Amino acid sequence: MQLFTLVVGLSLATALWSGVQAVNAEARASYDAAAETLGEGQFAQITSPTGEIAQNDYIRLRRAGWLVSPIVQGRLDGVLVIGLDPLTSPSGMGGPDLGEEGFAVDSLVGGAVLGQQSTLDRFNAENVNEIATPDVAPDLLLTDVGTAQRLLGREGIIDRMIVAPQQPIRQLPLQQVAPNLDLREPQSGSDVARLTDSFHLNLTAFGLLSFAVGIFIVHGAIGLAFEQRRPMIRTLRALGFPLRRLMVLIAAELLMISLMAGAIGVGLGYVVAAALLPDVAATLTGLYGASVSGTLQLRPEWWLSGLAIAVGGTGLASAASLWKLSRMPLLASAQPRAWGMRAVAARVWQAGLAVTLLLTALVLGLIGGGLIAGFAMLATLLVGAALALPVILDRLLAFGAKRAKSVMAQWFWADTRQQLPGLSLALMALLLAMAANVGVSTMVSSFRMTFTGFLDQRLASEFYVYADDADQAERLAAYLEPRVDQVLPIQSTTQDVKGMPSEIYGPTPHSTYRDNWVFLQSTPDAWAQIETAQGAAINEQLARRMGIEIGDEITLADEAFPVLGIYGDYGNPIGQVIVTQTAFAALFPDVRPERFGLRMDPANVPALAQDLRDAFGLADDNMVDQAGIKAFSLAVFDRTFTVTGALNVLTLAVAGFAILMSLLTLATMRLPQLAPVWAQGVTRARLGQLEIIRAVLLALLTAALALPLGLALAWTLLAVVNVEAFGWRLPMFLFPLDYLRLAVFAVAAAVLAALWPARKLGRTKPAELLKVFSNER
Amino acid sequence: MLLRVTDLVKTYPAPDGILPILQGINMTLEKGETLALTGESGSGKSTLLHLVGGLDQPDSGTVELEGQDIGGLDDAGRAAVRRDKVGVVFQQFNLIPSLSVAANIEFQARLSGRENAEWTQDLAARMGLSDQLSKYPEQLSGGQQQRVAIARTLAARPALILADEPTGNLDEATADTVLDLMLSLAAETEAAMLMVTHSERLAARMSRRMHLRSGRIA
Repeated sequence: MQLFTLVVGLSLATALWSGVQAVNAEARASYDAAAETLGEGQFAQITSPTGEIAQNDYIRLRRAGWLVSPIVQGRLDGVLVIGLDPLTSPSGMGGPDLGEEGFAVDSLVGGAVLGQQSTLDRFNAENVNEIATPDVAPDLLLTDVGTAQRLLGREGIIDRMIVAPQQPIRQLPLQQVAPNLDLREPQSGSDVARLTDSFHLNLTAFGLLSFAVGIFIVHGAIGLAFEQRRPMIRTLRALGFPLRRLMVLIAAELLMISLMAGAIGVGLGYVVAAALLPDVAATLTGLYGASVSGTLQLRPEWWLSGLAIAVGGTGLASAASLWKLSRMPLLASAQPRAWGMRAVAARVWQAGLAVTLLLTALVLGLIGGGLIAGFAMLATLLVGAALALPVILDRLLAFGAKRAKSVMAQWFWADTRQQLPGLSLALMALLLAMAANVGVSTMVSSFRMTFTGFLDQRLASEFYVYADDADQAERLAAYLEPRVDQVLPIQSTTQDVKGMPSEIYGPTPHSTYRDNWVFLQSTPDAWAQIETAQGAAINEQLARRMGIEIGDEITLADEAFPVLGIYGDYGNPIGQVIVTQTAFAALFPDVRPERFGLRMDPANVPALAQDLRDAFGLADDNMVDQAGIKAFSLAVFDRTFTVTGALNVLTLAVAGFAILMSLLTLATMRLPQLAPVWAQGVTRARLGQLEIIRAVLLALLTAALALPLGLALAWTLLAVVNVEAFGWRLPMFLFPLDYLRLAVFAVAAAVLAALWPARKLGRTKPAELLKVFSNER
Repeated sequence: MLLRVTDLVKTYPAPDGILPILQGINMTLEKGETLALTGESGSGKSTLLHLVGGLDQPDSGTVELEGQDIGGLDDAGRAAVRRDKVGVVFQQFNLIPSLSVAANIEFQARLSGRENAEWTQDLAARMGLSDQLSKYPEQLSGGQQQRVAIARTLAARPALILADEPTGNLDEATADTVLDLMLSLAAETEAAMLMVTHSERLAARMSRRMHLRSGRIA
């Protein structure tokens, strides 16, 4: 039984951990492939506050000794077109490897356009040589600068310049050659990786908790095995068997078991990962636009890390037992009950440690700063709560025993209290599993509510239209004006604001913005002031990262604007600024709107879309129905819920298994405690019923304690870790019905786990019980 | 007649077939009578005690307690007999470890609805347990634990006391003291007592004795 418990516990722990890691690794490998398609983020860049650089500036810089390479980019037919100069681009700025000759310089010059076949199929430009390659990210086309300028209608203009890492020693300063341009330092990590990190953090936390739950099982099984082997070990040592050799043999045995269980776990992990990956891929693609392959590859490092964590986990779980064995006096008597009541002193120590850890978590929450403090808070909170659980349950059960009136109730409470040490590891596992469930589902559900609310704010218009170029945009605006309630031009450009790359938007004053955009912080009457060009609003990321507060000034194209409002902008990795349309036009006269939000009767959207197809030949990608986006977003969240839901169920199942194993082990060991009660007139069936009631009671008490812990976990993730890692804070919402459902699941798991031992007890033959009383017949 | 045992047979399965334990036992016990059950190890003494106490079921034969055949009762019926009519004192004490000494003593009496605080206190005092009531069994010595087990049995005022080598784990002096207490308290409550023992000396203090050999009365 113990071997079975050990192997299954370790296998489950390894399976959940390695499954989640495999999903993460596969997704990250996909981002890396996408990032490597261009890989420009690793280099410093020269940009312009106006968003455009004259080609002459590029030529002047080259003549002044700057090793720079031009980049042109823009959207055409819903596809991102990037033009680069293969002759001057620094090595390491990749592009697809088209064969043994490396990056095909020849293939880019002369009008060649590289992209995935599906992207090229949507692309309708003439006089280009299309080359299909799977190595370019989806919805992206690569070509040379000249071709990109021609295709995008931007002759003589480039967007930015890549600065080679090695520059000549003698070089004129940038301010002297082109004072209107800025030098931006290289970025670490791609935007996609930063965005999706929150999702992976979520998954990794789940994997780690599941592993911890499994290790609790393993720890319990090893501890019990050592206790039960103690007489045999004592005898062996009394016969002269060296302690050191005994320890080595036991360690070797554990290593063998852990390798076997680890291999099973990695195999199971593959099944878990294969089942989860399609939903994870859909979630990441939908939420963040990150393309992830939906299929799984067996990676050697995954096998090795799975086995390593199984061996490491076993080592961790057995360290205390091995240490105790090494210190055990030769004549130490075997304990009659392997899991007896712990000494009061040990409980006091445990309570003291738990309080210290929980206080540390509180202090870190109040005054700690930084990501490390956030994670330290999570760790101290979880470990402290797990250690506190048996102590709190002991007090609650003692209170119950004191309040009990009938003799059976009195015995039930006292007996439950006595079983606590034997069940505490399994209950700790249940606590962690439930807290993880509460925490992560609160986080995901809060994210969903915030994000859908955010979509309602941001996608207030019923229909969005994207023009292919500025001329078409003008004609579109004129065409749409009489056909809809309101045309809201959307114009934007990019520039650094206080050193952070940011998008600047210039919306037309309209109730759509006033009524729907909710500020996190603002001055009174902020919208009225923004609409009269007296200030700007910025997103939360820009405010937090750059320490900008309400009333501070920011500079846009040399003009200062006071910040009047700060708004939530979830999922956006860069800064954002809003000024009114007139201010925007004055600051950036060359930028013309190419997108429009249309306020109209939603029922007329399909007819208008058809009109636009007929009149302008607009592709479907150029028209976005608000209802469609929202439905898509909700579908994406549902996929996310599938992933977290599956992990929730798996973690709870592991905790349920821990309870089952503990109860089964205890059932055999506690016959001497039950037999006297039976002998004095309590039926076996009644004792079995009480076993189930006990499991329900303990599960309910644990659930009650898991709720505040889970909420604290969610708060830490949302208000501390998320802010430190990504620069924005998600509001936290509570979902009482979800918590109630989880409690029902936990109780159901506990009942299922108790059912077998209870049935076994109810059917124990009197002869078995009588063995407790006599050694002879 | 308090107890009548007729043609009682009990076997147990063994690796080499069926092992006969009791082979047609007949016996009676009157109210207030004390009977010593002696015999070699494996002669069936404890099994007879368990059958009489409703702890186990016979293969054949009857056990009538106060005129009721307890061998034919279901699990709940036999539990009721154990709770209301029988008190058992085991060699290993078999106290309930999660309950205090006081709760252990009261347990069966309260279970059967015959608790009497005055009687329980008197019992505890006469057993020398008054200072130990708030302790737990694991905090007591063997002799003290056995006295708690006896007090627990007598607190419920059973009609029949069954004792399976109640002094087997005690030294001679303590064993004598414990048996004195048992006999005097049994006499006070007019309970009959059936005691399994290996000790001739203790057997001699009972009103009657019965010797078992290979599952038969010798």
